[in-house]
Parts: sequence; C-alpha cells; structure tokens
Amino acid sequence: MTKSRRKILYSFMKGNLLKYLGAICAMVVSVGTGLIAPLVLAGTIDALVNVSNHKPDAAITLPEPAASWMMARGGIPYLMEHLWLVAVGMIVLYAVGGVFQYLRGRWTAQASERFSKTMRDRLYSHLQNLSYEYHVKAQTGDLIQRCTSDVDTVRGFLASQLVEIFHAIAMVAIALAVLLNINVRMTLYSMVLVPPLFVFAFAFFNLVRKYFLRADEAEGKLSATLQENLTGVRVVRAFGRAAFEEDKFDAANEDYYRKSMKLVHLLSVYWGGSDTLSMLQTGITVVCGVVMVVTAPLELSLGQMVIFVSYISMLLWPIRQLGRILSDLGKATVSFGRISEILETEPEKDTPDAGDYPIDRDIEFRHVGFAYDDGREVLADINLTVKRGQTMALLGATGSGKSTMVHLLQRLYDVTRGEILIGGVNINHIRKQYLRSHVGLVLQEPFLYSRSVRNNIGIAQKGCSDEMVCAAARIANAHEFIEGFENGYDTLVGERGVTLSGGQKQRIAIARTLLKQNDILIFDDSLSAVDTETDRAIREALRQERADGTPHATTFIISHRLTTLAEADVIAVMQNGSIVQLGSHEQLIAQEGLYKRIYLIQSALEDEMNGDPAVKGA
Amino acid sequence: MQNFEEYNDSKHLDLSVWKKLLNISRPYKKHLIAILATMSITATFDVSFPLLNRQAIDRFAAVGTLNGLGGFIAMYALAIIGQCSCIFFFINLCGQVEIGLCKLIRRLGFKHLQELPFSFYDRTPVGYLIARMTSDTQRLGDTVAWGLMDFMWSAAYILIVSITMLVLNWRLALAVLAVVPVIALIAGYYQKRILASYREVRKINSKITGSFNEGITGAKTTKTLVREEANVQEFTQLTDGMCRASMQAAITSATFLPIVVSLAGFATAFVLYRGGYQVYALGTTSIGTLTAFMTYATQIFDPISNIARRFAEMQQAQAAAERVIALLETEPEIADTPEVVAVYGDNFHPKRENWPALHGDVTFENVSFRYTGGEHVLTDFNLEVKAGQNIAIVGETGSGKSTVVNLLCRFYEPTGGRILIDGVDYKERSQLWLQSNLGYVLQTPHLFSGTVRENIRYGRLDATDEEVEASARLVDAEEFILTLENGYDTDVGEGGNRLSTGQKQLISFARAMIANPAIFVLDEATSSVDTETEQKIQAAIRTALAGRTSFIIAHRLSTIRNADRILVLHDGEMIQSGTHKELLAKQGYYRDLYTNQFKAEKQQTLLEEA
Repeated sequence: MTKSRRKILYSFMKGNLLKYLGAICAMVVSVGTGLIAPLVLAGTIDALVNVSNHKPDAAITLPEPAASWMMARGGIPYLMEHLWLVAVGMIVLYAVGGVFQYLRGRWTAQASERFSKTMRDRLYSHLQNLSYEYHVKAQTGDLIQRCTSDVDTVRGFLASQLVEIFHAIAMVAIALAVLLNINVRMTLYSMVLVPPLFVFAFAFFNLVRKYFLRADEAEGKLSATLQENLTGVRVVRAFGRAAFEEDKFDAANEDYYRKSMKLVHLLSVYWGGSDTLSMLQTGITVVCGVVMVVTAPLELSLGQMVIFVSYISMLLWPIRQLGRILSDLGKATVSFGRISEILETEPEKDTPDAGDYPIDRDIEFRHVGFAYDDGREVLADINLTVKRGQTMALLGATGSGKSTMVHLLQRLYDVTRGEILIGGVNINHIRKQYLRSHVGLVLQEPFLYSRSVRNNIGIAQKGCSDEMVCAAARIANAHEFIEGFENGYDTLVGERGVTLSGGQKQRIAIARTLLKQNDILIFDDSLSAVDTETDRAIREALRQERADGTPHATTFIISHRLTTLAEADVIAVMQNGSIVQLGSHEQLIAQEGLYKRIYLIQSALEDEMNGDPAVKGA
Repeated sequence: MQNFEEYNDSKHLDLSVWKKLLNISRPYKKHLIAILATMSITATFDVSFPLLNRQAIDRFAAVGTLNGLGGFIAMYALAIIGQCSCIFFFINLCGQVEIGLCKLIRRLGFKHLQELPFSFYDRTPVGYLIARMTSDTQRLGDTVAWGLMDFMWSAAYILIVSITMLVLNWRLALAVLAVVPVIALIAGYYQKRILASYREVRKINSKITGSFNEGITGAKTTKTLVREEANVQEFTQLTDGMCRASMQAAITSATFLPIVVSLAGFATAFVLYRGGYQVYALGTTSIGTLTAFMTYATQIFDPISNIARRFAEMQQAQAAAERVIALLETEPEIADTPEVVAVYGDNFHPKRENWPALHGDVTFENVSFRYTGGEHVLTDFNLEVKAGQNIAIVGETGSGKSTVVNLLCRFYEPTGGRILIDGVDYKERSQLWLQSNLGYVLQTPHLFSGTVRENIRYGRLDATDEEVEASARLVDAEEFILTLENGYDTDVGEGGNRLSTGQKQLISFARAMIANPAIFVLDEATSSVDTETEQKIQAAIRTALAGRTSFIIAHRLSTIRNADRILVLHDGEMIQSGTHKELLAKQGYYRDLYTNQFKAEKQQTLLEEA
C-alpha cells in the first residue's frame, strides 16, 4: 500500500480505532469464557469419576481459583454436595461471555458503520468538488460501481471478516495453550487434521473463484439479454421475433444454470470434504482420547479427554472460515484501491488570492484562447467587450467553440491563454463558487434532480416561496404544463415520477436559473428546445423584469433563431474557434458574410413558395 | 399509477400463493421428497454423534477397557461416511431445485413477457421487470430449496433429540426441553426484528445508491448551480440515517445470540447440577449420558432459531412470490383468437403455409384509441391507402402520430373502429402474419448485442451472408461496415452502443430491407448526424420506400415533399391532408411548419458549409 493510501485509510479509521480495539478485546474475553466452560465440565466429570472410583481425596481439577477454593472447604465431597455452585458458575460464565459477545458486536458495528459513513461522505463530497472537466470525461457507470459495491466490499470486510480473523486466531491460540498444558501428545493427535483443513479451505476458495466469476458473468449476460429484449420490445414485435428471442434467452438461461450447477457441485464437494475432515478429526480425538485414558490414566483423565473433544469441535468452524476469509482478502484490498483512486484525484481549487468582486460589470475577453489537455484547440484569440446589461447572441456550427466560450464565464474551464475581465478584474482571481452563484447558466442538456418539480425549480435559491417558484415557472412558460400534471408542482421528476420531454426539462431548468439573482445569464442553446413563441415570451419576460429596476443581467444567448439573434445588442458569428463577424443585426446584414446569407434564406423561402425550382432539394 | 414499491412484506401467510408456487415447482416433486428424506437422515446422524461419544466414555474410558474398540471405530467411521454422503447429496439436491426452479420461472416469465402488449410496457418500467425476473425468482428458488431443507432438518433434529433425551433420562430431558418454548418465543421475536431492521438498511442503501447516481450524473449541472455543499449536506443526512439503521440492525442481531446462548446455558447448568447429582448420589445416570445431555442442551437453540429465521424470511419470499405470480398471470390484452391461432399459428409456432400474401392496402375505418382510463389520443380517424403509396405524417409531439403507426403495427388495437389490411380486419389474421410483413425503423434505432451481420439478419433469419451484404449495400451501409475492425463480424456492443447513431440507423435500415416487407414504417430521426451519413440515410429511405406502402413520421423536408400524401395531425385528429403542393397552397399549419423547417435546414447547411 502506498503512503497516500495508508493516509486515506488512517483518516477513515480516525475516531474509530478505540472502538475497534475494544471490540477485539471483548472478543478475546468472550472466546476465553467460552473456552472455560468445558474446563468446568471436565473438572466436574473428573470429580465424579474419582467419587465412583472411591478416591474422594483426589485433587479437584476445576479451573483456578475455584479448585483451591473447593479444596480448602473439603475437596471432592464438598463439591459433590455443592454442585449447584458449579451450575451457578457455569451460568455466570455464559452470562459474562454473552455480555462480551454483545459488546463485540456492538462496538464492531459502531466502528465499521462510522467508517463506512466517513468513506461514503468523503467519496460523495470529493466527487462533488472534482472539476467540471473530470465529470465530462467520467465513466459514470464505473464511478457508481466504485461508490457502491466497492464500498460494500470494504465495509463487509471491516464489519465481519476482520474481527472474524482475530476471532479464529485468538481461539486457536488460547485453545492451543490450554491443550498443550494438559498433554502434548494428545494435542498433536487432536490437531493433526487442522492444518490440512485450513489449507483445504484456503485453496478451495482460491481455486473456485474463477467458477464464481464465470457464474457471475453468465448471470450478467442473462440480465443483459433480458434487458435488451425488454428495451427492444418494439423491434422484437415488429419483426415477429418472439420465438427467436425465446431461444436466445433459453440459451443464456441454460448457460447460467449449468455454471451455477457447477458451482453447487463444487461447493458440495467442499462441504462434504471439509465436513469429512472435521468429523474425522473429532473421531480421532475421541478414539485417541479413549485409548489414552484407558492405557495411561495418569497422563489424561476422562475430564481432560472431554476438554479435547469440546475444544476441537469448537475450533473446526472458525478455522474453515479463516481459510475462506484469507482467500477473499484480496478483494477488499482491490476495492479499497479503486476507492482511493477517486480520492487521490485533485479537486478543483481557488488560488489563494481569490476573492469576491462585483460581477454586474462590463465583461472583456482579451486574446482568450482555450485548448484541452490533449492539445485540441477550441478557442483562439477571442477579443470582445460586452457592456453591463447588454444581450449578446452567439451563432455558429456545432464545434465552433461557442459553448466553451460561455462555459469560461462560469469557470467550468479556465482559459489557457489571454484573460477574461469582469469589471476589470481577471476572472481567475474571483472565487469560483462566488462567480458561479452570480452567473446563471442553463446547459443544453440540463439535469433534473429526482425530487418534486417545485423543489427542482427552487433548488438554487434557499428559502424561496411557492409564489416565487410559480413566477419563475410562468416566465419560463412551464407553469401551464406543470399545472397539467396530476400532482402539479408536487409531481416527482425522474424514474419514479413523470417522464418529461426535452422541451419540458429545458423550461424547468430555465425557471430554476431565473429564480436566483443573476448578474450574468447564459442560455447555452437552451432556448432552441422550446418553440419560437416560448422563446420570445421568455426573452420578453426577462426584458420586463429589467424595466422594474432590478439589476440588469448581462445576457449571453446561443441560438440559431434569426428572430432571437436579431434582437440582441451584439451578435458574434463563430467559426472554428474564432469570431468571424461581430456587430448588431443592422451592421451584420449590411456586410457580406455568413450572417447576411442566413438572413437571406428568408427571401429564398419566398421564392420556394412561389414555386422557384432553383431551391428544390435543399 | 401502479405500485412499484419493492420493500413491502406480506403481513399474513397466504397459502394460495404458496400453492401456486408449489404448482410451478411440480417438476421438482421428486427432488423435494428426496430433500425431506435426506434431511431426516442428516438430523439423525447429528443426534447420533453425541451418543457415540457417550459410548466412548461409558463403554471404554470410564470403565478402563478397550474391548470392542475396533467395532466402535468402525461404527464411528460409518457414521462419518453416512453423514458426509448425506451432506454431499443434499447440497446437490437443494442446488438443483434452487437453480432449476429459478430457470423454470425465468423461462415462464420470459415467454409470457413476449406475449404482453405495449400498453403493459408503457406503464411498467423495465427495471421493475428485471427485478422480478432476477432477484425475486432467486429468492423464491432459495426459499423453496434451502428453506425447506432448513425447516426439515430443524424439525427432525428437535424431534429426534427430544425422543433420544426422553429415552436416555426423562427427568433431565424435561429440564432441557423446558427452555425450548422460551427460546422459540425469543427467536421468533428477534428474527422478525432483525429482518425488519436489515430491510430498513437495504431501503436506505438503495437511496444512497440513487444519491451517488444523481451526484455523479448530475455533477455538471450541480456545478453550474453551485449546489455542491447543499448536495453534500443532504447526502450526509442520508448516511447518518444509514449509519444509525445499520448500527441498530447489527446491535439487534448482536443481542440475539448472547441471549439465546445464555438461555441454553441455563439448561446446561441445570443438567450439570441435576445430572451430576444423579451420577454420584443416585447412580441413575452415567457420565457419558451427562456429557451427551450437555451437548444437546448447548446445541438445541440452533434448530429453533433456524426455524424462526426461515419463518421470518418466508414473509419476504411471499411478497416476492406475489409479484412474480402477478406478472405470470397478467392477461395479454392483445391476443389472437383461438380461431385465428388454429389457422395461422401463434407467435412461437406459426403456420406459415396458411398465410396469405400481404399486398399493402391499408384502411383505417373510424378508428379511435385511448389508453385504459385515459383520454382519447386518436378520434374517429379515417384513412385509405393503396398498396405502394407513401404516407408522411406530421404534427407536434402528442398529436397522435406515433399512435397511428403503433395501431397499424398492431402494437395497440383500436378501442373503436377497425383497421383493414388488404380489405380484411387485421384481428382476423395472426399478429405474426402482419408483423412478419413489416419493415420497421425507429427514430432511436435499437440494435442487439452481437455482430453487424447478426443484427441485419434479424430481419430475416434464414438470409445467407450474401443476402445480408446485399441488403447492406442497398442502403449504402457497406462502406462504413467494412471500415469496422472485423467488418460484418464486428461486435456492435450492448444496444449497439459501439456505433454512432447514424451508423445504427443505417444498419436498422438494412435489417428492415432484408425482410422485404410489404409495409414500411419509419419514425424519422430528428437528431443531427454528419452530412455524409445524412445523405446516405436519405438515399436509404428512398430505396426503402420504392414500391412499398409506407408510413413515415416525417421531419425532413425531402421526405415530406416526396410523399404521395401528407397527413397533418393535431390533438388526435387529422386537420389537413393532401400532397405537398396542395397543402402549401393553403394557409395553415402545414405551411407554417414547412417554412420553419425550411429555414432551419437551410441555415444548418450554411453553417456547416462555412
């Protein structure tokens, strides 16, 4: 593990370490008490045997200090008269064991759940603070996978497996110490199959992993086949391919069946095999114990034989688990690595001297250029000034750089050459969050959150009233269709709610941007999804608001609509990352160029209407 | 709105659901009986091992003799072999039932889904269906196979162990058995609570997944709105809830075992006290019997809590069973009548030899349509199309364009009036007959994972490689296909997502063309593709339409202009119809639409050229 990964791990652990240590201690105590109980039973049995062999003077073999205490009060006869004391001791042992087992569970849960919470929170907030560019390039499916199933893997490891490992080790260690103290030879007999059992479990799960993987893949393929069939149901029906699809699905279904059966078969071999080993080990312990008790009663008492038999049956299960967990250990490491990769990506930051400056000022682009990291140039030497309160329209083909140009105003990207000044301040010296909250940008493909329409519109403005939401929706021409929904403004958006059309989404996005106070307002081709009337109505509403004396928002509109363009104060025609024409509508139609040619389509249309064959085939 | 909540539990045991499930499981009847038998044997072995140990103590160790040890070892070995064979056997059996039953239910479900009409798909999210066919069936398989196994083993174990103890020493036995009902009560209570709290955890967990999903896919918009902090705060609340709920769940289950084990501890302690007394004072019990009782007393909570857990799980499984059975029992609203099936066959077994040729005359006779419980989307629609005519349909979103096409394809059936194909009501012919004669190209083309070749061949399964390639050439798709890494054998990826939209469109044209359909249906794309592909698509459309009856939801001027007839739909009614020239001559919707579209296309061309 690299240093930065260790640091990440440590930062997750912080505050939980003590709980973890506590959990492990509690676990050791509960294992300990669990292992004392057979000793009590053994001591009692030995006493019983000695009584029936008429040796009431023999020593009591109960665990100390109980043995000395009993001896002091009369030895075995006292014990026989006071068996209820042993019973009470037993109950106390179980109770103490139970309490510590509970504490172990409680503390492990608290530590591991806090750990996962920290991990999830960190991931989420880190993702929120990564740059716009990161998210443009991101593979969303992969990211979500890391944030969910990888987190689960790590969580599972911490919540159960880690403590399980300690559990197995503590158990083996304590048991071995006790057993070796009783009889070395017998310990050897009772442990002879333990290493093979462990190796068997470890090797089996290592080996079988690829079969698990194959079954998983087959299952994935089955789901994919199903998913494809269901999403393509129109095509299936239109071509009458139900029978063909059924064959395809049956094949995938059969394949998954066979691979799962293979797994079941392997698992039955595992359980059958490891159970055989376990039972054999118990059998060997019983038989060797019997032989030893009979042939060398001084070396091993009957009670001690019972200890061996009880211990070994208690040990076998954790040892099998240990083999399995250790062979799975790699998964958690891999998952943690994938999570760390996200956290190691640098989030976006402001320069230390960044501050808050007024945004309702003139905007100046000075020799602005922008290129992506890979060197692709998008903007080259843009120069222009937009006066406060002016409306600027941008026109250009896809890829001409107009979107990038307006994105620069929110610092979603930073200029790579030249500078953008707002009121004379270089935009790079303005705090990003401050800048963005004063610049309203409606993206071409806006994202709506899965909550009510009302909350979606009010999302950028804390504590806004219902009236404000409705007013904004009215301006964006969304009020009517929203009212048309069964639940009006409370209609849920997204998977569990209504499906909105592109234009409806746009209008809600426009409303939500209009709801907040903007010094600069940008429509990134977002008015084109609404019809011409709505487009006009929205711009009309924006102008009206200005007349009220509220601060003038400087507006940027990317549009293809001539009517929209014509009403702007300045129009920029863009081509391959440069501005090729700049001026008002009147100025631009007076000069030769792209704008004039587009403008002239209007008259070409009139020719077409009159039946001029020249434009046929446009 | 249907209820898609997936965390509902059934409150009461509904036997009819389980009866239906058992009915589905009929092919595994023998397996299930074998499981019952094996588990009883396994339980018997489980009870017998402490008895063997008892023998070891009483016959050998306690009396100090090894006489007959050979026989004892042989018995022990036999028990091991018997038990391990049982384990091996029942794991295989249960696996077969679990996995086989899942396979069976999925098959039934899939076949049924192929029969359900589009109206069903309109109101049911695909994700919901997939969950029914995967996680729910899995749960059913698990419950039937392993649930039954656990149940049987536990019940048999409790029964046999009770008898054994009663025979060995009824006084001690009664003492041990006294804790059984107490443990059962506690286990019943706790297992229910544990399950409920983990369900709560899963519920929140799926919300967290949703949040991550939204946080990641919406990250760009979040930045423009400066919502990062607020999002993080909301997320933190969610993880707070998660943290609380999971801790609660873990603590609840951490409470359960210690309590039950301590209870068993009482029984054990009592056995030690009373049993010890019986050994030394009365001599009515042997040391071996005492240890066997100790073992039984510590183990008896296990089968009891097993049963309690399985009971609790059954409630969840029942909810799953209800959902799956509801899906299997959904009646298809569009189905061929038995008379039609008798003559023309069904979707899976067509009788093609009886199929009449389809010429392509189409008549809509006073057709209306509305969704169940919804408003009319099409009212009194009349249309007569001669074979070979090209019909363009224009209108706004929601005007009923798609409905006309869907009715024609019999994806929906008219709620009023009728549709005639070649002069016969299409309900008198089989669905497959009509759909086998359709060429169908969607605005958002849907390809299946597999190669380009396989996708084109989807249109006609018995087409040769040459025919596939000829069809691709026909729509001018071969050029780009050959530039792909493996040509026709290139994998297109899931849903065809390794190809561009334009390429997918061309392939879906080739797929439709190879079927040589009598009727061609096209929902023209509005999304812009590069000029070259665009021209190819235009050419493909012209090829496709030649000599065929066609219905096109049209957006492009060239398509609209070249149509034999243009239908203008508005609010489910035809407001204008005629040729391009006729319509253009009149003031009205068409003229406006045309002017706007003309400007847009022309401007696009200018910008692209510049």
